[in-house]
Amino acid sequence: MNQPLLQVENLVKNFELRANSGIRKTTRLVQAVSDVSFSVDKGQTLGIVGESGSGKTTVGRCVLQLLDITSGTISFEGKTLGGLSFEEMRQIRRKMQIVFQDPFASLDPKMTVGSSIAEPLVVQGVAGNHEDKVASLLELVGLAADHAKRFPHEFSGGQRQRVGIARALALDPALIVLDEPVSALDVSIQAGVVNLFGDLQKRLGMSYVFIAHDLSVVRHIADRVAVMYLGKIVEIGDKKSIYEHPTHPYTKALLSAVPVPNPTIERSRSRIMLEGDVPSPVNPPTGCRFRTRCWKATELCASIEPQLVVRPTGQLSACHFPE
Amino acid sequence: MMGELVLSIRDLRVTFETPLGQLEAVRGVDIDVHEGEMIGVVGESGSGKSVTFLAAMGLLPHQAKVSGSVMLNGQEMLGASNKVLRNMRGGVMSMIFQDPLSALNPVHRIGDQIVEMLKAHQPKMSNKDAAKRAVELLDVVGIPQAAERAHQYPHEFSGGMRQRVVIAIAIANNPKVLIADEPTTALDVTVQAQILEVIERVQKSFGTAVVLITHDLGVIARVADRVNVMYAGCNVEKGGVDSLFDHPSHPYTRGLLASLPHEGINRLTPITGFPPNMLTPPTGCGFAPRCSHVTDACLATLPPIRTFGDLETACIRAEEIVVKAGLS
Repeated sequence: MNQPLLQVENLVKNFELRANSGIRKTTRLVQAVSDVSFSVDKGQTLGIVGESGSGKTTVGRCVLQLLDITSGTISFEGKTLGGLSFEEMRQIRRKMQIVFQDPFASLDPKMTVGSSIAEPLVVQGVAGNHEDKVASLLELVGLAADHAKRFPHEFSGGQRQRVGIARALALDPALIVLDEPVSALDVSIQAGVVNLFGDLQKRLGMSYVFIAHDLSVVRHIADRVAVMYLGKIVEIGDKKSIYEHPTHPYTKALLSAVPVPNPTIERSRSRIMLEGDVPSPVNPPTGCRFRTRCWKATELCASIEPQLVVRPTGQLSACHFPE
Repeated sequence: MMGELVLSIRDLRVTFETPLGQLEAVRGVDIDVHEGEMIGVVGESGSGKSVTFLAAMGLLPHQAKVSGSVMLNGQEMLGASNKVLRNMRGGVMSMIFQDPLSALNPVHRIGDQIVEMLKAHQPKMSNKDAAKRAVELLDVVGIPQAAERAHQYPHEFSGGMRQRVVIAIAIANNPKVLIADEPTTALDVTVQAQILEVIERVQKSFGTAVVLITHDLGVIARVADRVNVMYAGCNVEKGGVDSLFDHPSHPYTRGLLASLPHEGINRLTPITGFPPNMLTPPTGCGFAPRCSHVTDACLATLPPIRTFGDLETACIRAEEIVVKAGLS
């Protein structure tokens, strides 16, 4: 088929940790994202799941060029980002937007909701009547046009998140990075926002990168899923293959750790209990990064890093001893 | 069979004085906790689930007006003297919170923090015995190399390990009731599974009753024996975990379960609207403004909780709703 909307190849992002003890200065590297590649097609949703420290948020920020990447390439609509002029980058930015996790921190409390939503239009110098545009955006996300004159504190968490979504939609983006967009919301409110994402995609045809730690929401919304662990993608593929036939031990453990809201199933489930915590990304384990918590690990896992390989069920996974 | 009644909360009401008026956080809650059982308390933010147990522990600030009764192991907690409260807290009933880092003192070794708890309730215990017991407790909650780690400081522990330390402190004096307020919300799922296992182990091996406050219905289904659903400061439904998940009777419980993503559905079913402002709570059923089964009677008076089959429900239309759901 034609080229993907977003193509990420061998993305690496290191953060420097500087310490100055007074005697000597040391610099250590936090390897937040190490050699990650994926692509997102037009109108598709890629879910990125992983625990804290897995690098999923950093990937999202790198894609939007909110962080400078250490190495690798990111192409959007066939154009390689990085090395573009300020003006060229500005043109691309309007097609890529983000919705943040915390609907309380992501809106300016001193700006009316209407001016928050209109801000991208002003920044990008879009001509025309912004008021009408804001009104139609508010209606698009399930709010009323006259909400534009109100301030963020007059809204509930779910409504604020809708305002954040309206702002992201203002410039008709082709890609929206959704960084834990429903984790701060109560369950009964969450469902409405998740439905809204689905409806908007059907109507406007944009692509999503949906970053979340909640596997059941990702299962509902994503077409493809990437599972990250300590800066690496350990498994990536169609939602169905990942959830029904996980091949990487970490994916298996992660799926089995999520409690399902059904006591009968919960009692009969066999659970894989992982020991310990995620190691430090400053000093990740050699070879396979999951080996320190993996029940299948051998010496091979410590010496040779497994590469992503196609499995019979269609997905790619990086394991010497796949399920 | 259910053991002895250790904690009995009756008609608990909590009102906060705020600059905007009286905020009715808890409006007549009844909860019974029996020896050795695991009670799940579920509700969304603002439902009053945490405030209920903070009031029971006597941990609310002075401007909170608390009324009703909290009987803990035969002792009335509301209005009790500070001396009595000090003995009960940590001795008979302990509480752990969402954020383990703020529950620990950053400048004391964790072993010493457990010793402090032991000696607060058992002043005659020798330092040596207390230190030994602290290491045992760290071992019970699954901290490897407990003897060495007792000498470390909180910052040397990961989030999951810190929560284990907090549990060790909470169970140091063999309390009858452990209240766990969102104990795994700040943790990753693989670590959450570990902590739930520790809490279950404590409950099973020491016969400690556990009250698990959470918004996660999956966690409830996984560990609870009985469930208490709260909404707008009231109990709306109670019952055994199987009955409650199998045939919930209250529209809020039904809505909550229906709003979760599950396999084979294209569209989620949210509950429309949002929770009421507790400065001006509705006169009738707190859920009525969001309920699709609402009638005039629902809006008139606050419905009391009543027995309904093997559940207790605060919905006056439970019969019709369950029949309707059965037919459709």
